Amino acid sequence: MTAATSGNKAPIVLRIKRQDTPTGEAYWETFSIPYKPNMNITSVLQAIAGNPVTTEGKKTAPLNYDAACLEEVCGSCTMVINGRARQACSALIDHIRAEVGDGPIVIEPMSKFPVVRDLMVDRTRMFENLKRIKGWIPVDGYYNQGHGPKIDPEQQEEMYAMSRCMTCGCCLEACPQFTKDNHFVGAQVISQVKYFNMHPTGDVHADERLEAVMGEGGITDCGNAQNCVKVCPKEIPLVDSIGWVGRKATVYSIKEFFTK
Amino acid sequence: MAQKRVIVVGGGLAGLAAAMKLAEDNVAVDLFSLVPVKRSHSVCAQGGINACNEVARQQGYSEWEHFYETLKGGDFLANQPPVLDMARMAPNVIDLLDRMGVPFNRTSEGYRALRLFGGSLFKRTHYAGATTGQQLLYALDEQCRRWEVEGRITKYEFWDFLWPVLDDSGRCVGIVAQDLRTMQIRSFRADAVVMATGGNGLIFGQSTMSVICTGSASARCYAAGAWLGNPEFVQVHPTAIPGEDKCRLMSESARGEGGRIWVPKKKGDSRQPNSIPEEERDYFLERLYPKYKNIVPRDIATREIFYICEQGFGVGNGQMVYLDLTEKSTGIKYEELKKKLGGILEIYEKFVGVDPLLEPMRIYPAVHYSMGGLWVGFEKDSKPFEADGKGGVGGGMKHGSPKNQMTNVPGLYAAGEADYQYHGANRLGANSLLSCIFTGLFMGPSVKNYIESQKGAAAELPSGIFDARVRDEQGKLQKLLKANGDQNPYVLQRELGKTMSDNVTIIRVNSRMKKTLALIEDLKQRFQTKLGMPDGSTWSNQTVGFARAVWDMMLLSEAITKGAIAREESRGAHFKIPDDKAERIDIPLDARALPRDDHNWLKSTIASYKNGTCELSYEPVDIALAEPVKRDYGKTTGAAAAAAATKPVEEPVAAK
Repeated sequence: MTAATSGNKAPIVLRIKRQDTPTGEAYWETFSIPYKPNMNITSVLQAIAGNPVTTEGKKTAPLNYDAACLEEVCGSCTMVINGRARQACSALIDHIRAEVGDGPIVIEPMSKFPVVRDLMVDRTRMFENLKRIKGWIPVDGYYNQGHGPKIDPEQQEEMYAMSRCMTCGCCLEACPQFTKDNHFVGAQVISQVKYFNMHPTGDVHADERLEAVMGEGGITDCGNAQNCVKVCPKEIPLVDSIGWVGRKATVYSIKEFFTK
Repeated sequence: MAQKRVIVVGGGLAGLAAAMKLAEDNVAVDLFSLVPVKRSHSVCAQGGINACNEVARQQGYSEWEHFYETLKGGDFLANQPPVLDMARMAPNVIDLLDRMGVPFNRTSEGYRALRLFGGSLFKRTHYAGATTGQQLLYALDEQCRRWEVEGRITKYEFWDFLWPVLDDSGRCVGIVAQDLRTMQIRSFRADAVVMATGGNGLIFGQSTMSVICTGSASARCYAAGAWLGNPEFVQVHPTAIPGEDKCRLMSESARGEGGRIWVPKKKGDSRQPNSIPEEERDYFLERLYPKYKNIVPRDIATREIFYICEQGFGVGNGQMVYLDLTEKSTGIKYEELKKKLGGILEIYEKFVGVDPLLEPMRIYPAVHYSMGGLWVGFEKDSKPFEADGKGGVGGGMKHGSPKNQMTNVPGLYAAGEADYQYHGANRLGANSLLSCIFTGLFMGPSVKNYIESQKGAAAELPSGIFDARVRDEQGKLQKLLKANGDQNPYVLQRELGKTMSDNVTIIRVNSRMKKTLALIEDLKQRFQTKLGMPDGSTWSNQTVGFARAVWDMMLLSEAITKGAIAREESRGAHFKIPDDKAERIDIPLDARALPRDDHNWLKSTIASYKNGTCELSYEPVDIALAEPVKRDYGKTTGAAAAAAATKPVEEPVAAK
């Protein structure tokens, strides 16, 4: 009943890149797990945890990796699977086999963030960037003050698409401009600038948000590779967001030039 | 005097709502979470959030109806004053979320759109696509980020709550927690502690909950002396996609928007569902409940699905029924449903590989929500209830009372799914997001008033009690790290999950549950004497954290099972079948089960942990506002169905 499946029921072989500590050397281990229908990478990692033995028969520690919802909505379990950043929960074995054949599945931590251990990486930078752009609606307070602004359905749909960003990091992993060592903000946060600036109340901080993504590491560092939009699991129109924010930033800087 | 602080444990909707409300009221908050708060389990909620609204109001709905539906949905086990306040405040909660930028779906004129949800005949559910929980969580996460920048909230993400610290008088004055990266264990002082740590689905193996929902934080409070309320009440959601790693929820909104549940009339019919003609399908919920049809409350839908499969009508003779959203069955256009249900349809498509608008989904019930949780109290409003055609005035809780949401341990509070207070024996769909945000906001002034009423600050207490608890926890950790037996913690959890799921969910039979209790005892023994720790690392060791939670899950399992064995009635999600009728599938489930017994069992279960085991006691339910009535949703049998369909809607009873 699944769409594209290979039909292969051979044991699943995983080659996994491991690292014990943030400064430790990376090394590889291979595991073989009996196939069951409808398995995903998460269930394979769970199976390994119950019997953490490599194909060479070496006892080892269960894999460390972030995981929570397993429904591709929390963003936790992002890792690089056969070269592509994606969530382990929605990476179905049958689909992977249909795409790339029955060879070993190669799993690595994302390379654009510091490794904590094994497949866990430190994505603090993404959350810090949300602080930098004042990623919130500045309501007066939480006492009852009636309803919010009326919003037409087209605008809601446009905003809803961006509000589904789960801070997973796929767009940054795929971006040639975003590296461990530079300060490029990347598509995730640029799209959030558009999201908050589109909101009638969020608009209060619109200029500050634009300033936060201008200058060094800002939006002009985008090389327009458009990898981000291709890998986004939520299909957020990231390139549109970058274009929108770029135009607003240009208008803003011209305005600033003439008023200062 | 040193500044007073509040610790909030858990960064889902309840924890974030409490943190932001306290921050607004000038209280310093330390927020602890296992994961970045933006990844908390609230993110999974799909369908929506209930509140009376102006459209429904003009059709005869009110806050009182919302209150009454919630009570009836919960089979009258919930204390009524807190539920009344929740229903009353619900419209304000929606307004606040709206102001905070939640992208609620809109009508063509730009107003908030509404949908139908279980247990109601009125559209009173607000939604943002089919990812309402995600949108709400993000809005609250954003507000907390704002307070973080302003220095009122300090976040501790990737920290595990280990134990509440109590002073000599039994007050909670802080916590012990562990940094899950450095593995450092240390204490934190606080003048009050709020537990907003969610449910415990992992106890049942595969559930719709996130894998972090072990219930361990509640279990640790329980082991330290906090009571559990109604632990035996566990919601099994009727529609989930069965899975090896977890069961993925298929939102009730699928049915609210027109989705229909059916099985082939012929047992073992192996045809593709689309090629089975209408007249050969049994839309059994519509047949049995002509009034509510597919949106009967969850426990009822779950049991009907269970029973139809038990009789052998399940798809392919197995445990599976169809949930049909195809245009052929619903009469609703592809594009319209795509717009309203996009998020959940995508989940099905992604995890099963089939477009559910083109082919009926295969679904089965799965554990979904913990109605039970930490027992919390409330102080009643001294003003008696007076009806006003809306939610009335008086009769609820005394706003700002330090007793509201406080556990039996002074200074230890609970909110959201972690508490037991709002949903009685069964939660209505789209009430969980509401109860989480409501409790978080509502308790803000209560917690603040409590800490202001206490002499001195926790920061000034001698360090001895804190150090002693830290040493305890370090000792437990060392013992776990050195465990060298042959029992893998993940395997122990699977064994626990299987027995709990098989025996303490949809139907409950004492003889089976007694075996489960014995197995839990055996698992506890094996954990203590034969555990093997496959990872001895002292850096970012997830396995040791998981093993610690396995023990906690066993403690909660014991409370759930004991509570279920003791309760000799059926009520809401708790459905007791006498031993001799367990196998009698020739008798319909309703006829096999013990009836609700208000005379003996209209009371809340209190589980307390004494001498290493669970002890049960009971307290009366506050039913001051509405008389419990028989909870039926117009069930009919066979020929009576057509006649019943024409009967008028049952009116909720008026306030006393």
